[in-house]
Amino acid sequence: MNVGFIADAIPIYGRAIIVTLRIAVLGILFSLVIGVICGLVAYCKMKAVDKLTRGYIELSRNTPLVIQLFFLYYGLPKLGVMLSNEACAVIGLSFLGGSYMAESLRGGLEAVSKVQVELGLSIGLDTFQLIRFVVFPQAMAVAVPALGANCVFLIKETSVLSIIALRDLMSVTKELIGMYYNTTESLLLLVVCYLLILLPVSFGLTFLERRVRYAEFGV
Amino acid sequence: MRNSGFDVLLSLNNLRRLMLGLGGTLEIAAVSVAVSVILGVLCGFAMMSKNRAVYALFRVYLEAFRIVPILVWLFLFFFGSAIVFGANLEGWFVSVLVFSLWGTAEMGDLVRGTVLSIPAHQWQSAEAIGLTPWQVRRFVIIPQTLRRIAPSAINLVTRMVKTTSLVVFVGVTDILRVGKQIIEFNMMKNPMASFWIYGFIFLIYFLICYPISRFSKKLEEKWSY
Repeated sequence: MNVGFIADAIPIYGRAIIVTLRIAVLGILFSLVIGVICGLVAYCKMKAVDKLTRGYIELSRNTPLVIQLFFLYYGLPKLGVMLSNEACAVIGLSFLGGSYMAESLRGGLEAVSKVQVELGLSIGLDTFQLIRFVVFPQAMAVAVPALGANCVFLIKETSVLSIIALRDLMSVTKELIGMYYNTTESLLLLVVCYLLILLPVSFGLTFLERRVRYAEFGV
Repeated sequence: MRNSGFDVLLSLNNLRRLMLGLGGTLEIAAVSVAVSVILGVLCGFAMMSKNRAVYALFRVYLEAFRIVPILVWLFLFFFGSAIVFGANLEGWFVSVLVFSLWGTAEMGDLVRGTVLSIPAHQWQSAEAIGLTPWQVRRFVIIPQTLRRIAPSAINLVTRMVKTTSLVVFVGVTDILRVGKQIIEFNMMKNPMASFWIYGFIFLIYFLICYPISRFSKKLEEKWSY
C-alpha cells in the first residue's frame, strides 16, 4: 500500500466526488419535478396526457442509462442537438429518474383512501387545499421510502457517466490505474469515496423514513 | 430516405453483427440469471437460519452489493483479480461473476422475505389436517411462495438484463461496442450512422425489457391478494 500515492490522489478524487455529487443532486431534483408532474397526471387520470406519460415511463424504465446516454451524447448531435457532457448527464439521469419517482409518487397517491378525498370535499376544501392538506401529507408517508430508495439508485447510476467523458470517480480511477499501476490504492479510494457519499445518504433516509412513518401512524 | 443514413441499419451484415453482440450480452444475462435463481433460493433458505452469525453474514453480503454500485464491483473484480489471483480474469467471466453474486444476494432476500410473509397459520393448518412435513411444503408453502415471488423475481430479471449493458466497461464485445465499430467504419460514408445505430440499440433494449416487465405486472395483478 503506497500511502504517498493515496495522499497525492485524494485531491483528484475530491474533485471527482464533487462532479458526481453535482450531477446527482441536479438529476435528483429534476427527476422529482418530472416525477411530480407524471405522478399527478397518472393520479388525476388526465386522458390524453396520461398516454404520453405512460409511454415515457415505460420507455425510461425499460432501457439502461448507458444506452440512453449513448443516444443523447453521440446520437442526438446528428440531428443538430448539441449538448455538453454535463448537460447530457443531467438530462439522462432525470430522464431515467423521472419515471421511477413518478411510479413511487403514484403509489403513494393511490394509497390515500377515497374517503379522505370525499371528506375533504364535503368540508368545503378546494382542489389545491385538498391536495396540499389532505392528500399530499398522507401520500408522502407512503411514498418517501420509495423516493429515498430512488435517490440512492440514481446516485449509484452516476457511476456510468464516465462513458460520456465526464471526469467522475470511475474515469479518475481508470485513469490512475492506467497511468501509475497503483491498482489497490485506486480501487480502495474508489470504494471509500462511494461509501462516503452513499452511507450518509442511506442512513439519513432511514431516519427520514422513521419520521414520516411516525406521521403516518399519528393520523 | 436518401442521405438520412438509415440504410446503415438495412445492411444485413451490420444487423447480423449487432445481433451477435446482443447475443453475447444476453448470454451473460442468461447465465447470471440462472446462477442467481439457483444459488438465490439456497441463499434465501440459509438467511432464514436461526443462527444470528449466519444471518449477519448474509446481511453484510447483501448490503455490500446494494450500497456499492455494480460498476464499482465490476472494476474491483476486473482490476483487482490480478492482485488477488495473480492472473487477469476475462471481462466475460468477471461480468458473470459479479452479476451472479449480486443476483444471488437480491434473489436470496426475495426468497427470505416471501417465505416469511406466508402466514404461520398456513403451516399450522396444513399440519393440523395431517400433511407430512414434505406435503406441507409441496402442496401449501411452495405454491404460495412461487405466486408471491414471481412478479418481483421477474422484475429482478429485467434489472439484470439492463445492468448487463455495463459489460462494455470491462471490455466485453457487446452490442454497444459493435455499434461503435460500425459507426467508425461508416464515419466518412455515413455521418448519420451514430443516430440510427444508437437509436436502434435503445429500441432493442426496450423491446427486450418491456415484455418482461409487462409480464411481471400482469402476474402481479392476476395473483394479487
